[in-house]
Amino acid sequence: MSTALPRTKVRGGVGESVERPDGVPKVKGEFQYGSDLRREGMLFGATLRSPHPHARILSIDVAAAKKMSGVKSVITSAELPTRDLFGLMKLDQPVLATGRVRYVGEPVAIVAAETAEEARLATRAIAVRYELLAPITDPVASLQPDAASLHQKGNVIEDVLVEHGDPDATAEVVVAGEYELGMQDQAALGPEAGLAIPRQDGGVELHIATQWLHEDLRQIAPCLGLPESKVHLVLAGVGGAFGAREDVTLQIHTCLLALATRRPVRMTYGREESFYGHVHRHPAKLWYMHGAKKNGDLVFVRATVVLDGGAYASSSPAVVANAACFGAGPYRVPNARIHAVGAYTNNPPTGAMRGFGAVQSCFAYEAQMDKLAVALGIDPVVLRERNALRNGDRIITSQPVEGSAPVADIVRRCADIAMPDGDIPSDPISLPGGLGNLTRGEGVRRGVGFAAGLKNVCYSHGFDDFSTARVRLSRDTRGPIVHVHTAAAEVGQGIVSVCAQIARTELGVERVEVDRPDTTIGSAGSSSASRQTWMTGGAVLAACREVKAELLARARKAGRSPDDLTALLDEPIDRTVTHRHRDTEPRDPNTQNQGHVAFLFAAHRAVVDVDVDTGLVKVVQVATAQDVGKAINPVAVVGQIEGGIAQGLGLAVMEEVQLRDGHVRNASFTDYLLPTTLDMPPVVAVLIEHPHPDAPYGAKGVGEPPTISSTPAIVAAIRAATGRELNRVPVSPDDIVFGAPYRSGWRIAPGDDPRRAVRA
Amino acid sequence: MRIKLTVNGEEREAEAADHESLLTVLRESLGLPGSKNACEQGECGSCSVLMDGDLVCACLVLGAAAAGRSVETVESFSDGETLHPVQRAFVDAGAVQCGFCTPGLVVATYALLKRNPEPSDKEVREALSGNICRCTGYGKILEAVERASAAMYRR
Repeated sequence: MSTALPRTKVRGGVGESVERPDGVPKVKGEFQYGSDLRREGMLFGATLRSPHPHARILSIDVAAAKKMSGVKSVITSAELPTRDLFGLMKLDQPVLATGRVRYVGEPVAIVAAETAEEARLATRAIAVRYELLAPITDPVASLQPDAASLHQKGNVIEDVLVEHGDPDATAEVVVAGEYELGMQDQAALGPEAGLAIPRQDGGVELHIATQWLHEDLRQIAPCLGLPESKVHLVLAGVGGAFGAREDVTLQIHTCLLALATRRPVRMTYGREESFYGHVHRHPAKLWYMHGAKKNGDLVFVRATVVLDGGAYASSSPAVVANAACFGAGPYRVPNARIHAVGAYTNNPPTGAMRGFGAVQSCFAYEAQMDKLAVALGIDPVVLRERNALRNGDRIITSQPVEGSAPVADIVRRCADIAMPDGDIPSDPISLPGGLGNLTRGEGVRRGVGFAAGLKNVCYSHGFDDFSTARVRLSRDTRGPIVHVHTAAAEVGQGIVSVCAQIARTELGVERVEVDRPDTTIGSAGSSSASRQTWMTGGAVLAACREVKAELLARARKAGRSPDDLTALLDEPIDRTVTHRHRDTEPRDPNTQNQGHVAFLFAAHRAVVDVDVDTGLVKVVQVATAQDVGKAINPVAVVGQIEGGIAQGLGLAVMEEVQLRDGHVRNASFTDYLLPTTLDMPPVVAVLIEHPHPDAPYGAKGVGEPPTISSTPAIVAAIRAATGRELNRVPVSPDDIVFGAPYRSGWRIAPGDDPRRAVRA
Repeated sequence: MRIKLTVNGEEREAEAADHESLLTVLRESLGLPGSKNACEQGECGSCSVLMDGDLVCACLVLGAAAAGRSVETVESFSDGETLHPVQRAFVDAGAVQCGFCTPGLVVATYALLKRNPEPSDKEVREALSGNICRCTGYGKILEAVERASAAMYRR
């Protein structure tokens, strides 16, 4: 794909910071999110969920619920049209619990009623008798031979081994450590919501806030007992996603209720239910060992990573693969063994969240790099620069980094960003604890930390990754206009702007309308893996070029200038193109292959003030340099970077879905802490534009890297301020004040199979 | 119970069950879904509205308690196609991503600038700390407040 920009100059094209087409409706409160949808005669759906992490269902009595006022339908597993299971990568999840519940919050029954309140009350009237079973909540315990099986094929969801060079290499200087990440929630502000409308032909139309319409369709249709042709999906307004809308939540339930009642049904989760209703980021336990020469050259990395997949697989197989593939970081590592395993447990299911497996490893390997820097007596930035991947170097899966690998450049340019004022502030609002007015600064120490990371863009390991775009150039009374239609989910990231900008630049027409995504056009793939600019942007670009070719042909035939659009558009030009990236190879037993399309890199430097008396942290500044290939819409690129860093900050010091025996203890925004304006520091971002030859205009995708290395940079800064080990995130005030490091309770040699772990 | 209230300058009547919040009344009974429901606990500010000129979380006000009061929602801010300067500033600054927090932030920013036309960075951060945005990291939102202040008071 050409990375060059056409010469056409038109307002609002590629490279310009443009206004979002959905910006005005959003500021006016007119933009329709899933939870805003209504239809005449609409019913409301509600879900009864399991209160137990693991239990047998002995009986379900719905008689009382069915008799209640306003109730139109009650559905349990006994009433389902098929026995089909659903799931993103493994079909392992029942539409409604069948005989057994595997996590707190698993849907057991659904109800449709005239009002939301009646539906909710009816779920309470359903009597379920359970026989409690012992829950498995430690993923390492779940992998041991004596553990009870949670699924037919055992408790291993995925097992990925990366072996590179001499995995048993030895080195002059060796550092080791164990690490843990808690469970993070995507906490998209818009709750899960959808509206299902029964159709005359026995099918159903679902308006849904999702990340991938066609993948939803693939999972929904068989569970309804309908062919895909009878299920039509339309994208509803999406109030943020961050991975949580990759999976089916209420899609099938809403359709089932609509088909059963022959009336439109809307389902909307409240905040508490949202915490139970969608997958979270995988909690992880990691054991790492790094070896280096005395001069600082990395010799080997060995690691064991255990990811808690919770009760159902979701996208765990790909998350596990990412944790392994990117487990050595953006560095030249000649020898490695990374063994990553995802385990079923009776915790809530986990799946996609921004950074997708790369986040978990990065926290550990960047802590290791800092330990190594201390052991070697080398500055941590210099150590990273020295080992940075260069163009043509191979990552530990033996895949060379091609096209662009400005890792050393990123590291240096991030380190060179001006530091904030050196003084610890004197006003309480700027100190740790802020408005709580907890210190005058006496126990406050400042620290600086640094981290870098990498991740793939687009889908990997042989997945058939494609996007479809239809571009239609026509004219009306106001002149030429372009319509762009794709199924790409706008989730806030700004793909609508990118599509419009590409069409303007390619066709030289300012008036572009981006049509609502639905399943009448081919799949665009998911709004995930930082891939929509590359894939759907690429599809729009290719379709525009076909339209342009037809325009030139018409111009030649008519003997006119191709700019004379009015004369050439008696008939519209309409082209649909499916765009694929180059093939990737499936994984082999040692994961030594060309499994990824390309790599994204970023570096972060954090400055923090820590009150060592209260354990509270104030992040003072985050500086970052990121290779974006090409910034198509610079204001949106910076928006992605700042937003991603906020989520990385949350994971570093605030955000955790707290679990006890499989129960979520903080399913609310009162108890699950999110960064606010008082937590988020100024971000200084440097965009590095090394165009990737395969990407549209070289644009590589920007969404995930900000979330990957910002967390370890902030924790490194807290370590620098306090001298504490801090090997678990989120860092709690107790970790800072008392300093007791996290211990997994398991003994395992880094790189070994976690099934051979021994209790410590 | 049946309540009467003024919403966006119009006299309105609505049925409000004893437990129902003003937010539910606005969204489900009065056809004004611009105020968003994201946390139901007054933590996120997505449902921010003005009640008798004061900034409140509509999810924390009982519908019944709004009887006889005057409520202004995000829907009242623009004059047809012409955006309020606060709304224009949010669009221009790139402060809108998914947009779910935006209506609440527009109302909260307006309330701030009404009482403090030129707030400092710290004052803005304090005033908007009850409005959670999960997309932007707040940088562009702070910029939007500055632009709005300049536009409203013609600096």
